[in-house]
Amino acid sequence: MIEIENVRKSFGALEVLKGIDLTVANGEVVTIIGGSGSGKSTLLTCINGLEPIDSGRILIDGTEVHARATNLNKLRQNVGIVFQQFNAFPHLTVLDNVMLAPRKVKGVPRAEAEAMAVKQLTHVGLADKLRVYPGRLSGGQQQRMAIARALAMEPAYMLFDEVTSALDPQLVGEVLDTLKMLAEEGMTMICVTHEMSFARDVSDRVAFFHQGVMAEIGSPDQIFGAPQNGETQKFLSSVR
Amino acid sequence: MFQTAMTFNDLMFLLKGAGLTLAVTGVSVAAGTVMGIVFGVIRVQIGPWWAIPLTFLLDIFRSVPLLIQLVLANAFQAIAQFGWPPFTTSCVVLSLYTAAYCTEIVRGGIDAVPVTTRRAARSLGLSWVQDMRYIVAPLATRVSLPAWIGLTLGVMKDSALVLWLGLNELLKSSQILITRLQEPLFILIVCGLIYFLMSFPIARFGGYLERRWSPHD
Repeated sequence: MIEIENVRKSFGALEVLKGIDLTVANGEVVTIIGGSGSGKSTLLTCINGLEPIDSGRILIDGTEVHARATNLNKLRQNVGIVFQQFNAFPHLTVLDNVMLAPRKVKGVPRAEAEAMAVKQLTHVGLADKLRVYPGRLSGGQQQRMAIARALAMEPAYMLFDEVTSALDPQLVGEVLDTLKMLAEEGMTMICVTHEMSFARDVSDRVAFFHQGVMAEIGSPDQIFGAPQNGETQKFLSSVR
Repeated sequence: MFQTAMTFNDLMFLLKGAGLTLAVTGVSVAAGTVMGIVFGVIRVQIGPWWAIPLTFLLDIFRSVPLLIQLVLANAFQAIAQFGWPPFTTSCVVLSLYTAAYCTEIVRGGIDAVPVTTRRAARSLGLSWVQDMRYIVAPLATRVSLPAWIGLTLGVMKDSALVLWLGLNELLKSSQILITRLQEPLFILIVCGLIYFLMSFPIARFGGYLERRWSPHD
């Protein structure tokens, strides 16, 4: 379970998160929508401790992420994150990209790590690209590799930060299909996205962020069908 | 018909000088590179503000002519009674000189690795050390290699200046021969050829590594 309690975060004078509360149960898929600068991406990077927070707290399975005693390297093994940029390691083959963390972080033997990597890459449809370097892959393939790389650590939670925003329109579908597949398999996910139909289809709950505040959260039907908040209504009518 | 008084023994004398040039260069580039990596990582880690003292120190080694550095260092070690032989003094000065340039090369290499890539590595649970070793080091090396090869070749040629401390390296050896045989043009051609033969493989090796790595990017 991910528990976010009254989290505040500023970059200099700009407060990007103004007291966020959100609890995500195991197996739940929560998508976060909202305009740019609404703090949704920042929240994700705070959840796995890539960014410090100013106040409040974030608990993952009861472990406080930003507590001094928390071993972040250990915690991150359980919380995968995929970014807008694909962030492939260009000097490693697709297979080695996926094997690196299990081998070096978890100390999994080579054969076992390779089997896991092949399994995850097959899962995202890259079984024929194992020995290829990322530079030879399309954006969609690179992003699916990044997803496989995160999954190879066998995390309990996955965070997706606008994973389709840097893709050509015709490549968005293949990545969203991968996310849908994960959601159907019961992965606990928080997705920041601009793909409204995706949010509507896969989410258990949809949260709307506006200027660092979670303005509204509810079922996809409620958010998209009958938004209560004025800002939500404005936002949804602007993206349609 | 071309004639020369240069004998096989004279050539061996030159090659011995070349050996000393290689030794000074090898030691200095190795030590200077290790120091450059350490200083470069420190510079990136602590940020430009805190690194000002280190940057200033290295700027001195980059700005003062090498000849002056060598002569001053030799005088200093004599006053301080270190008892260093000229070879040691030469290697110390050239190492610091190399380190000063190498620090900038390393810093540039590390800065060229996208922050987002490093973030992705850390998000997988890799520690700082693992990120540096498995992600930053290989990528930064690729970026830095051409500049580092250039630095190495430069140091090899600059190492001729250690003749001022009385070391019979390649250039000094050829000067001795010129004085004795009075054939400056021929001997300098031979000397230049030897420098070329020492530099060329290093340059080609750098080119080979670049070609080998390029398809991966």
